[in-house]
Amino acid sequence: MKRLLAPASAFPALASMAGITLFCVLFLHAESQEAVMGLTVGAVVALFLLARFGWNARAAASFAGNSGAGQASVLVGVLIVAAAFYDQHFPLLMLTTVLLYIVVCLGLNLQFGYAGVVNFAGAAFFGIGCYTAAVLTEHTALPHLLVVLAGGVMAAAIGSLLILPVLRTYGHYAALVTIAFGILFRVFIEVNDALGGPQGMKLPGMEIFGWKLNEGYAFGDSELSFYANYLLLALVMAAVAFMLVRRLERSWIGLALDAVRLDETACAAFGIDVARWKITAFTLGNFLIGLAGSVYAMMTGFVAPNAFTFGDSLILVSIVILGGIGNPWGLTVAAAIVLMLPEKLQFIQEYRLLLYSGLVILILLFRPGGLMPRQVRNYLPGWKP
Amino acid sequence: MTLGLLSQYVFNGLMLGMIYAMVAVGFTLFFGVLDVIKFSHGDVLMVGAFTGLATYLGLEALGVDSAVVQVLVMTLVATLSMALLGALIAKYLVLPLRLAPPLNTLLITLMLGTVLREAVRLFYPQGSNPKPFPRLLPADALSFGSFTLRADSVILLLAGLAAIVAVHLVINRTKLGLAIRAVAQDAETARIMGINFEFIVLLTFAIGSGMAALGGLMNGLYYNEINFGIGLLLGVIGFSAAVVGGLGNIYGAILGGFLFSALQSVGAVALPALFPGTSTAYKDVFAFAVVIIFMAWRPTGLIAEKKSERV
Repeated sequence: MKRLLAPASAFPALASMAGITLFCVLFLHAESQEAVMGLTVGAVVALFLLARFGWNARAAASFAGNSGAGQASVLVGVLIVAAAFYDQHFPLLMLTTVLLYIVVCLGLNLQFGYAGVVNFAGAAFFGIGCYTAAVLTEHTALPHLLVVLAGGVMAAAIGSLLILPVLRTYGHYAALVTIAFGILFRVFIEVNDALGGPQGMKLPGMEIFGWKLNEGYAFGDSELSFYANYLLLALVMAAVAFMLVRRLERSWIGLALDAVRLDETACAAFGIDVARWKITAFTLGNFLIGLAGSVYAMMTGFVAPNAFTFGDSLILVSIVILGGIGNPWGLTVAAAIVLMLPEKLQFIQEYRLLLYSGLVILILLFRPGGLMPRQVRNYLPGWKP
Repeated sequence: MTLGLLSQYVFNGLMLGMIYAMVAVGFTLFFGVLDVIKFSHGDVLMVGAFTGLATYLGLEALGVDSAVVQVLVMTLVATLSMALLGALIAKYLVLPLRLAPPLNTLLITLMLGTVLREAVRLFYPQGSNPKPFPRLLPADALSFGSFTLRADSVILLLAGLAAIVAVHLVINRTKLGLAIRAVAQDAETARIMGINFEFIVLLTFAIGSGMAALGGLMNGLYYNEINFGIGLLLGVIGFSAAVVGGLGNIYGAILGGFLFSALQSVGAVALPALFPGTSTAYKDVFAFAVVIIFMAWRPTGLIAEKKSERV
């Protein structure tokens, strides 16, 4: 089969990844506000220029044609960026957060990018993962790997309580169910004294088979930051979740999910079980979100209700929309931008919600497909109709 | 529980229910004409309350100190400016997305709500702190045992009732209302009959947003405090009320508003009584949980909208 199709060269993809990696290192390294601002503006200008000369399209085609090499290069890129900051806590913490948020947004993408089940309670399900980890580590001696798993299962289980109302309602009515749940969750943990109330709870660091993730390693006179451990774990999680979502999208399951989103009546007429696929997408998505939540809680060592507001759910939704609904690559890029830019550009930190919401409004008005619109499904690598 | 305390709860519930109903009527009006949810509604209410406050401060600076004039001018300025804001939102954010998936309209207005909220927080002088709202209505009170009937609450309740009745009359008794109902029923046919579709949509959004501003002022005058975050919860509650009542139906919205406040009151009274030790703060948890369960039972609300799908 492969011989029939002219394989796209892997060079544009690899060269792009090298450039992005270099940029990330420079960006995270930049200290002064001027340097960060200059790099940001430079990147935007460079992207426009490259698009003008058709490079972006070639890189995209190259990524599509060499998905194995492309994905490997992304992993290597993340590792290189991490290695460049091996002894600094802050950049590694930020990178790990981005990776965990990618897992969360992949879950959301599964829910409303593919199956069309809206979920405005992303932060609440993330919070369920966090609090499950907090409660289990405080009251039981369960191995931490199981605690992480329990976080995901708990989010999926509590999410399944919402399945009946979500399935029976449609459109705006369904949106209300998740919005109401998000607010209910936030109020509940804030007034519940057993869960620490507004002060929240403390968690111990993670330990997997004797591997203590909260301990750094010393090499001579320099020390590897302990966040590197979490980064590796998060990278594995993000990679697995990414592969899972991509495979699902390309399989007949993904096709069924898309059909459910686009036209429920036609679906039902063709014998696709609408309820089954909505439940699958909703539950699997919540599982991923909860999983990421429990790891995040153990990494930061602290959970509090303030991190799970409706505004946080909206940020998660904006990441998916900004990236391009239904495109896992898009949300990866968008998560990096949305989370890293305000951390580095201190003066926009205060204005970040205003900025994102303004940006999402502009995107919805003028480029509804997002920064990287979802492409038509590509069953044969490199095949052009 | 004494009768006096009970009547106090009922009266407070009525007051809250009136504010919720006013928000819900806006949601239901927008949904009626355009089948969209304008989620920035709660934040428009908040901006309306802040506009009222700013007007009050301006009047004080000008030396106008008659409370009656102040209240009237505040109401006028807040209502008209929010009506304008509502029409602008409809023109530039909602109408352009008419052909996009309904989720996009919901999202764009959610985001606009966030923009409004953040803008007030960041750009209103010390907007992140709660602001005292002036006590402008007469504070005389009648006491019946443990039940106190305050004159300002009665005035607010009557004003809210008058506003809702006025909207109801406009919709059901005037030619304009006929046009609104025609557009709600079938936009295409209404256009063929010579109704200016865009004008009617903008007008409906203006009416709904004006109601929200009134609700915001009532909220401020009742609690004597406003902050930038009131819009979010009031918006969600108003939306819940409209959905529980059945979107697109004004009576449903009013019913839903009072139902929600009743749920909250029941939650506040019954939960600590049934399970000693639980805090009254669970009232919102209780109310929203009931709403979610209710949605599973009646997915399109109490007074269901008539829906048929063309395939």
